[in-house]
Amino acid sequence: MTAGGGLPTPAREGLEALLLALADDELVIGYWDSEWTGIAPMLEEDVAMTSLATDELGHARAFYTLLGELTGRDPDAIAYDRPADAFRHARIVDHPRTDWAFSIARRWLYDTADAVRLEALASSSYLPLAELVAKVRREERYHVMHADSWLRRLAGSDAVARGHLERAWTMLIDDGPGVFAPLPGEAALVESGILPVAMDELAGRWIAQADAVAADLGLTRPRPSTTASRARSRLDHSADFEWLWTEITSVRKLDPAATW
Amino acid sequence: MQAAPAPTLMDSAGVWAALGEIPDPEIPTISIVDLGVVRAVDLSDEAVSVELLPTFVGCPALEVIRAAVEDRLAGVRPRVDVAFSFAEPWTTERITDRGRLGLIAGGFAPPTPGGPSRASSPIVPLDVAVTCPTCGSRRTRLDNVFGPTLCRSIRYCLDCRQPFEGFKVV
Repeated sequence: MTAGGGLPTPAREGLEALLLALADDELVIGYWDSEWTGIAPMLEEDVAMTSLATDELGHARAFYTLLGELTGRDPDAIAYDRPADAFRHARIVDHPRTDWAFSIARRWLYDTADAVRLEALASSSYLPLAELVAKVRREERYHVMHADSWLRRLAGSDAVARGHLERAWTMLIDDGPGVFAPLPGEAALVESGILPVAMDELAGRWIAQADAVAADLGLTRPRPSTTASRARSRLDHSADFEWLWTEITSVRKLDPAATW
Repeated sequence: MQAAPAPTLMDSAGVWAALGEIPDPEIPTISIVDLGVVRAVDLSDEAVSVELLPTFVGCPALEVIRAAVEDRLAGVRPRVDVAFSFAEPWTTERITDRGRLGLIAGGFAPPTPGGPSRASSPIVPLDVAVTCPTCGSRRTRLDNVFGPTLCRSIRYCLDCRQPFEGFKVV
């Protein structure tokens, strides 16, 4: 028996796309940031990144679980038993962790965008999603606090740190709106109240927030992405992501039927 | 000679008492009931159902807690259903007063009470005085809001010079 039985097909398909996007975003950033374990610039940041990554993977699992309840599929199978090009994460999390400033800038841009998205979904008409989001938001607060603290620390530091941060911000800022890339079936999602606010409007809210912080810190101002680049955002993946996909699916591929 | 009386079926109070005997997997001085993880217990002739709230969505101990509940309630009814739900978010406000004492006994600082209860509040205040669970001093500092588990921060006492962990307000 699958959940969401009362949903009309367009809304149901839109909900599946939304849950997959949420889950894939969290899974991919979680795995990239988990790579800092053991090699972060400070011991306390080693602990922080590991904790943040564990949170993200937990959130991913919970979103895959909701998707599994809709489709009747096992969440692990949804996450791991598909080719790399079937992932639907936003381009901003597609990049590897690169250097510390890049990871911090990416976390700030992604986690603030995620916060805007989750704020809207907190009043989703799909109750299981609204309930999960209420819990996830309480945990994500610490993510934004951490990223914001480090963003200001790097921006207020010496020329070397600011240089790394400026480069990262310039590389990533156009990817931010891709978190709000239009979803297949979005019209039905908005009409049904599953997505209470359209992605376009959420993107506008986030751009205003990022713009204000960039001005405050004297960083390069963001330029909103074109609609076309937002549309492709969740479909184009890099060679770096292909490498990550090989890594994160390797254990399961050894024995897909194994139980733990 | 009389036949032995039929065994009495455990009632709801009995189930809650049994659950109160299950310690947190990492902190033996607090039960999952005092941690506020058990939301509801439902009993019929055929089944006992327990609804648990995840402390943190990504907590690796959740399955350990589920297995412990299933084991403890095995045989109470023909069917034992234990499930996690998000019907309401687990928050640190759910930890009971007895639980808070148990945390201190286990060497952990309990979470600051009265933390931001609305998810919409974007920040959690970090500059709050926390009492050292070892010596009772309030001259403590926060070394890392993140710790070795999702639910705990790393702190240090300037008086007894012991590091300790404190619960993150969530």
